[in-house]
Amino acid sequence: MLYIPCPHCGLRNENEFHYGAEAGVAYPDPNELSDSEWAEYLHIRANPKGWLAERWVHFAGCGKWFNLWRNTVTHEIGPAYLPFTKQPKAPQEGSEK
Amino acid sequence: MTNTKDTLSPGAIGRRKAAPLPEQPPQLWKTVKPKKAYDAIIVGGGGHGLSTAYYLAKNHGLTNLAVVEKGWLAGGNIARNTTIIRSNYLWDESAAIYEHSLKLWETLEEDLGYEMFFSQRGVLTLAHSVSDVRSKRRNFYANALNAVDSEWLTPAEVKKLVPIINISEDVRYPVHGATYQPRGGIAKHDWVAWGYAKAASDLGVDIIQGTEVTGFDIRNGKVYGVKTTQGDIAAGKVGMVGAGHSALLANLAGFSIPIQSRPLQALVSPLLEQVLNTVVMSGAVHVYVSQAHKGELVMGAGTDAFNSYAQRGGFHVIEHQLAAALELFPIFSRAQVLRTWGGIVDIAPDASPIIGRTPVENLFINCGWGTGGFKATPGSGWVMAYTMANGTPHELNRPFALDRFVTGHLIDEHGAAGVAH
Repeated sequence: MLYIPCPHCGLRNENEFHYGAEAGVAYPDPNELSDSEWAEYLHIRANPKGWLAERWVHFAGCGKWFNLWRNTVTHEIGPAYLPFTKQPKAPQEGSEK
Repeated sequence: MTNTKDTLSPGAIGRRKAAPLPEQPPQLWKTVKPKKAYDAIIVGGGGHGLSTAYYLAKNHGLTNLAVVEKGWLAGGNIARNTTIIRSNYLWDESAAIYEHSLKLWETLEEDLGYEMFFSQRGVLTLAHSVSDVRSKRRNFYANALNAVDSEWLTPAEVKKLVPIINISEDVRYPVHGATYQPRGGIAKHDWVAWGYAKAASDLGVDIIQGTEVTGFDIRNGKVYGVKTTQGDIAAGKVGMVGAGHSALLANLAGFSIPIQSRPLQALVSPLLEQVLNTVVMSGAVHVYVSQAHKGELVMGAGTDAFNSYAQRGGFHVIEHQLAAALELFPIFSRAQVLRTWGGIVDIAPDASPIIGRTPVENLFINCGWGTGGFKATPGSGWVMAYTMANGTPHELNRPFALDRFVTGHLIDEHGAAGVAH
């Protein structure tokens, strides 16, 4: 069970949240894109081994979406931040926080 | 070498003894140093990689061939899954490829000359609500149209088949019916990998363990070999069969694939007397269970929510699946959890595999089997071998090409299979 720092409610259990995959994917103008560019927007999401900036929603709490740095190998939790705010830098490999 | 047809008579269940294990040959595969060049290289020595190598050698006479595995043979999902085999998928494309795989399973022990406890004890998929019954019956009719064996069972018939199941109405998820595929079943998963490795090695395939592929030699859009921790190896053709690590392999080759990697957990109980002689799955309550030959109950659940490469997941997922299992099988409350573990599964947006060509010439990919790849081990390798040998997909894997995400012709098995895939 991960402990996830909701920016609004504080540290809560993982099962109060739903996952939303890669953060910061902007919605493009479909009229400007080719079919393969549209497919890339629709289906391709980052899947790195290491730190990933990702979206979570605190459905059992405030109900709000936010972004979180999390390590996909160690499951370490990095800083959380709100959408449309400046993204903090990724934590260093192997760092505690 | 026989396909164990387990009796379904309830009286026989408690008396069935664990089968004795067959003797292993002194050597399963040869340990070799990599050559400078091969006609083809398979990246990934799991079930699908090994079966691809075997069918390339056997069906297409391509024996100057190596399987390069970064860890040890059968260290990944091939020996971490819950060993369920079935072909009763909803869509025509899926039914065709999984049914082809099931037919290969039915003669696989004879074909490989290696026993793997393939047991066609049937797979029962439960329905728990009105909408669940509708979708399962739709699945049952679709199977009939595709000549995949399938039956519809009432709750009383489910109870007759599985005497320990709870079919009372006053539970959270009552059993309202089930589809049943009698030809489905289980096999001893690590032996499947060893059987393919032995048969491939006997045909001259080099199996190279402890060697990680760190890059690809790609010039002018064409692959000429792989870079590894043991040096560069040239190859005319390369097949990426990297399961949970497929997206990383694709990135090394300079392109992206629509794959997310998630943990999928399973667990076993200690060895118990035989109480369950078929496979029981429930997508609605997130549990699937069978009893292995030795007697341990083998259970799986849905994936953990997040991307991970850690081969472990959260205990609340185990707790959730056990709660569901206990409601269905109250006598399991007396059993203990002996061991839990996780594997990393590669999930495509439509929960269907990706098998075929890539943007790089002579580089082929086979991934996206997600939570249900074990059952496809023979069929997956069979079509991948065809695709690599001919440079063009077999009709069974043509619909599973990477370009379906551009054309929009997805094969959406999420709805058909639920989480128990």
